[in-house]
Amino acid sequence: MWAFIGTTVFCFIVWLALSFNGHMWANDELLAGAVLSVAAGVVARTLFVRDFKMAHPKRWLFFLAYLFPFFYEMAKANLDVAYRVVTGRIRPGIVKISPGLKSDIALTMLANSITLTPGTLSVDLDEDNNLYVHWINVDEGALEEMPRPCRPVCASFSQWARRVAE
Amino acid sequence: MMEWVLYACLAIGLLFNFLAVVGLLRFPDVYTRLHAGTKCATFGSIFLSLAVILYGLWRFYDGNEAMAALSVHAFIALVALLLTNPTGAHAIARAAHRSGVVPLQAVVDDLEEHNQQSMPTSQEEKNVE
Amino acid sequence: MNWTDPFLISLAVLLLCMFLALIRVLLGPTAPDRVVALDTINTMVVAAMLVFGAAYREIIYIDVAIVYAVLSFITTLYVAKYLEGGSL
Repeated sequence: MWAFIGTTVFCFIVWLALSFNGHMWANDELLAGAVLSVAAGVVARTLFVRDFKMAHPKRWLFFLAYLFPFFYEMAKANLDVAYRVVTGRIRPGIVKISPGLKSDIALTMLANSITLTPGTLSVDLDEDNNLYVHWINVDEGALEEMPRPCRPVCASFSQWARRVAE
Repeated sequence: MMEWVLYACLAIGLLFNFLAVVGLLRFPDVYTRLHAGTKCATFGSIFLSLAVILYGLWRFYDGNEAMAALSVHAFIALVALLLTNPTGAHAIARAAHRSGVVPLQAVVDDLEEHNQQSMPTSQEEKNVE
Repeated sequence: MNWTDPFLISLAVLLLCMFLALIRVLLGPTAPDRVVALDTINTMVVAAMLVFGAAYREIIYIDVAIVYAVLSFITTLYVAKYLEGGSL
């Protein structure tokens, strides 16, 4: 029941944002949105809400706080890639890291963050939740340990992902 | 003043989109091209949409009410891009590795080792054939 | 209509970038190379639609961009699935 309500409310908010045109919404617009949101809620409630771990304001605040270091790392990453595009100085390789996360949301978040930041791109995920990451400039020191250290690959993202979604 | 912020955002966005294309043409294999194509193009698109969002807010502030909708819709498009782009890149990288594209100039490939450990029999069968 | 509008100039540069990326689509030695180039072009098309909407002050173009972003993502996923050799 709560899954249905959450999905419907989310759909209705997205509808409001999409049908916004600078004035207040007309009544028939709101009615159509409500009917469609209820329909979408009935269909998609089991897909959208798996459990209620994320329904906690503390996690949303953590997510908002996470955006700042993330954007900083992303800007740094892009300058790095720009440098490599211009000079062509690369040393690629696929390394394995064990972030030690379990929940799907946390792993998705970590993999997406890794893809958007310093010279790394997540390629695959195995059964034991180890990530395989393509690294454009493999660090010599990181090759000595197995599994590779998390720190040079994903900065502090694994801790953030744990705080937000684990 | 506001115009110059817009011009700066557009210039940064175009610069990174251009770098994405240069990287796409210059790098040696699929994975490195994905680096350029995903990261730089996403970053460039963030700045281009930021310019559009700021432009909409600016026009709204000047009294054109409909332009607030421009900002809201551009923001939704930006969120859609940010969610879908890395996932798409991830899917392509995985598909490329599974369809047997080897990373060129690679100094290490843990995933290949993992695959060989987990299914040595199928590998041997291939060799026999 | 004013050709010195910065948004229209950005649009021209983006179109140029798309044509350069098309070279990779045509050259690309393997299928994944072409998919990567197409994915980059898709991102740029979304950005170009946003800029186009701002240049002509039309909101409808930006709605098209949202739908295009989601549909191009689904296309990329399907093509990747096909390359992997799994069933669709």
